[in-house]
Amino acid sequence: MHITESLLVKIALVTLFLPLIGFIVTLLFGKRIKWLYWFENSILIIIFSLSAVLAYLKLTNFTDQTIISEFQWINLGNVPFLKTITIELGIMLDNVTVIMVLAVTIVSMVVHIFSIGYMKGDKRYNRYFSYLGLFTFSMLGIVLTHNLLMMYIFWELVGISSYLLIGFWYEKKTVSDAAKKAFLVNRIGDIGMFLGILILVTTFNTFSFDKIFYQISLGNLPFGTEFGLTLVGVLLFCGAIGKSAQFPLHVWLPDAMEGPTPVSALIHAATMVAAGVYFLIRIFPILSGDALLIIAIIGALSAFIPATIAVTQNDIKKVLAYSTISQLGYMVMAIGVGAYTFAFFHLITHAFFKACLFLGSGSVINAMHHEQDMRNMGGLRKKMPITYVTFLIASLALSGIPLTSGFLSKDGILVGTFAFGSLTGNWWFAATGFLVAFLTAFYMFRAIILTFHGKPRDKKKYEKVKESSFVMAMPLVVLSILSLSFWYSLNPFNPEESKLLSNWVKPPEISVPQSARYDFMKTETEKVNEVNLKEEIIYSSAYTEAIHHAHYPTLFTSATLAFLGILFAFILYQWKFIDPDKLANKLKPVYLLSFNKWYFDEIYYATFVAGTIGLSRVINFFDNKIVDGIVNGSASVTRYLSAFTGKFDNIVVDGFVNMTAYLSGLLGLFFRRFQTGKVQSYLMFVIFSIIILLYIFK
Amino acid sequence: MIHIGLNHYLIVSSLLFSLGIFAVITRKNAIMVLMGIELILNSANINFVAFARYGNFGLTGQLTALFVIILAAAEAAIAMAIVLNIYKMFTNINVDEIDTLKD
Repeated sequence: MHITESLLVKIALVTLFLPLIGFIVTLLFGKRIKWLYWFENSILIIIFSLSAVLAYLKLTNFTDQTIISEFQWINLGNVPFLKTITIELGIMLDNVTVIMVLAVTIVSMVVHIFSIGYMKGDKRYNRYFSYLGLFTFSMLGIVLTHNLLMMYIFWELVGISSYLLIGFWYEKKTVSDAAKKAFLVNRIGDIGMFLGILILVTTFNTFSFDKIFYQISLGNLPFGTEFGLTLVGVLLFCGAIGKSAQFPLHVWLPDAMEGPTPVSALIHAATMVAAGVYFLIRIFPILSGDALLIIAIIGALSAFIPATIAVTQNDIKKVLAYSTISQLGYMVMAIGVGAYTFAFFHLITHAFFKACLFLGSGSVINAMHHEQDMRNMGGLRKKMPITYVTFLIASLALSGIPLTSGFLSKDGILVGTFAFGSLTGNWWFAATGFLVAFLTAFYMFRAIILTFHGKPRDKKKYEKVKESSFVMAMPLVVLSILSLSFWYSLNPFNPEESKLLSNWVKPPEISVPQSARYDFMKTETEKVNEVNLKEEIIYSSAYTEAIHHAHYPTLFTSATLAFLGILFAFILYQWKFIDPDKLANKLKPVYLLSFNKWYFDEIYYATFVAGTIGLSRVINFFDNKIVDGIVNGSASVTRYLSAFTGKFDNIVVDGFVNMTAYLSGLLGLFFRRFQTGKVQSYLMFVIFSIIILLYIFK
Repeated sequence: MIHIGLNHYLIVSSLLFSLGIFAVITRKNAIMVLMGIELILNSANINFVAFARYGNFGLTGQLTALFVIILAAAEAAIAMAIVLNIYKMFTNINVDEIDTLKD
């Protein structure tokens, strides 16, 4: 069979729209037909196979091509001031897209299957699966789209499906509050993104990525300045801050853990929150150096702060939530320091091992009858061996231990920050990265030891614990196998040898003008001609060299730090050489700061929430007293005026009318006398009148 | 000997007219009123004939007089029919008492 581009496009479109069908059918008929969740699940298995085929065909047959399929949706013609706007809808298939589609469908599929067991007995069972279908559809839309308009639409669609799924058990107050919080906090970021899109569209009159990139590479900038470009980059990044739960909008993600655990795995760990990073990868060509620096700073803060919080949390899902924010911070920081490929790599590996961790915690929570506090767990290793082993593998991956996927990708990011440091002299990002790597290993093994090792602390619950059923264990095994390194690179110590990075995912052509780039990202045209005519070097050779040099020191440092972190966790919690409570007492201020999540919620409550309430009080006062006063005042003025006109009507106008009537009456009274009804008298009047007239006109 | 001219005819006709009017106005009986009307018409006839005789109109005046006589006959017939109907309605032909036009 001849493989054409249109075949790939068709496969991609079927993959995109099947979950939508699943959503609609399951939502409409789910109440009556109990087995309908199998329909949704089989759709997921189908789209997983389709996306695997899609990725295979794309990566083997069209390795270096970007396939764009679009159609004109709306032609606005010549709008005054905006020239011609045509809105095109369409999909774009490049290597990043197909790999991301495959990752999304894999995680979505295993989460669907896991949910069959986890959600068993829920009264809105089918509703849950239909929401998952809606989410899968929206997420695939984000991944496949080739324009900002569809990106924004699907962006909001994942927002609403996230809202629906966080608030799935909405009968509980905290749950519905968390759903609202997630939705509202996301809105804040989306406003920035929306403004960014508006600026781009009014400048370039198109929504398509490729056309915008082309225009910018020609030197047409928003507002005509490089600052305009930076502004657009930062505004678009605001959307990613909200969706990827970056500092300072990260507060919604830990609360989102109120939702069902598989949802946390799918949406709030593996896919949706990664949409922000994916969006940054998409718009990478137009991010100027200044914008990238801001992105890197936000990413570093988001990597560091939540990592310190995760160290002291007792809720197993909260630990994982903060770890997710921290890892997303890693990816954002990697984008910021120009390590494009490693950011994407970490996005993919993180999706698998973090989904595995969440599903593992879901398995534990389910077995403990919805107990999430790690202080009440312990010793589960013997009762739940499959969960334990898979959780351990995923934790090793998250901590960045060699032979796991996380080691490769995290090492890549650290190499990127290290190279950035050596090229620009800015070592803060590398330092943050290493510190977070240590913290990550520590808090993950703290969680493992508290949950699985030691003696059971809640005997009653421990007695009833048993290993999860097949539908719940199988996804864990699949995901933990995907967390091993050999899938990505045959050499477990060098991420650059991975086929994923060296062959498939390459930094895109940068559209930003040379003067607005980082120095090391400037294109060196002469070098291109010397080395290779075909291939264009996007980053300078100094960067390649710096990456190369950074490789070994980073590798050793990060692995050592990860082992140290694990060791530290064992010292504190397994062997108890140092009592963690005493340590906490000694470092009380630090401990409290971390335990209370750096008081972000309190600060936001005191400033934004209380501020909003205060503002609304002021506005309420203004409304009540001033606006209402004006309204009432004008009303009473009108009343007096109308009373006056009423009087005028009654007396003057009616007086005239009545007077006329009265006069007519009087006249009538007079003339009535002549109306005798007697023919002869009429005749007499006639004759006399004629005589008088004759006398007058003689 | 008095020469009889146009003036004499006019005087006779105006006397006749006045008598007719007088009859129409004063008589209570509807028949009498009708007879007064006949007098008025005939005074007009005298006028027509007299003017025709003394003026230079040819026979127009006489012809008109003949028309008036025919008209009077027709009018008398219709008027008598009306009077009969009035009588049927009111059992009375006293013009004074028939004053429902007032209402």
